[in-house]
Amino acid sequence: MSDVKLAFVVQKPQYKGETSRLAITHAIAYQTVEILLEDGQTVTPKLCFIGEGVLGLQKGQNAMDLYGITSTESHMKNALLVDLDVLVCKEDLAKYGIPEAAMPSAEEMGADKSIQIVPFTEIQKAVEEAKHVLFF
Amino acid sequence: MGNLTIGCYPGLVGSMTYDFALKLADAAATKGHKVSIWFSGNATGSVKANQKHLKDYSTGEKYLKALLEKGVEICTCEACTVARGVKKDEGIPGIQWNAMHWYLAKIYSADRVLLIGGE
Repeated sequence: MSDVKLAFVVQKPQYKGETSRLAITHAIAYQTVEILLEDGQTVTPKLCFIGEGVLGLQKGQNAMDLYGITSTESHMKNALLVDLDVLVCKEDLAKYGIPEAAMPSAEEMGADKSIQIVPFTEIQKAVEEAKHVLFF
Repeated sequence: MGNLTIGCYPGLVGSMTYDFALKLADAAATKGHKVSIWFSGNATGSVKANQKHLKDYSTGEKYLKALLEKGVEICTCEACTVARGVKKDEGIPGIQWNAMHWYLAKIYSADRVLLIGGE
C-alpha cells in the first residue's frame, strides 16, 4: 500500500487558457488511475487555486448555454463529487473582491466535500506534503 | 538512473516551449534515464503523422520518432486529440492514446515530474 500525494496548483484564470481547466480534469482522473496501478497503489491530488487562479470559479456560470461547453463551475462540482480536496486561497479571493459565498457547492448533488477557503499557509502546507507539485 | 515524467501542454507552433520539452526528454533519455511524455491541450496536435517540416516552423514528428526509438514512452490525451480533429489512424505510430489517468499513473512511479504548461 502506498499513496503518492500531489499538489495541483492553479495560478492561471479559468477560460483565459486551457491548462487551468485541464488541472481540474487531470485531478479528477485520480478516480480511475487504479486501473493502471497495482493493488494498493493510489495517487491523491489536492487541487489548489491561488493568485489569478481564483478567477472564474464563481457559481452561476452559463458556459453550456452560451458556448456549448462545460463550465468550470460544473467541473468544480464534479471534483467535489469524487471527494477531491479543493483549496481556494482566502487572501487571493479577498484581493480580487470575490465573496467567499460565491464559491460553488455540490451539496445538492450529494457531495460530501465542500470547497475549502483557506489561508495561503494551508496551501503551502499541501505543497510541502506533496511528493510532486504541478503548476498549471 | 532516474524516472522522469514530463507533461507537455503547449502547441507545436507558436512558441519554443514544445521544442524545449522534447529536447529535455532527449537529453534525459540519452543519459539513460527512463522518460515518459504526456501530451495534453494544444500539444496533442503534434501527434499527427505526415508533418511537413518547413524550416520556419517547429516540427514534432521527426523528433517524436527519434524519442520513441530511444525508448521514451509517449502518450497523447485522446479527448484533447480528437477534439482537434486528429484521428487515431492518422497518428504517428508508436505514440499511445489514453486518458488523463495515464499521466497520473506515470507520476506515481516517477522520481521527478515536470509540467511544461501551455497557453
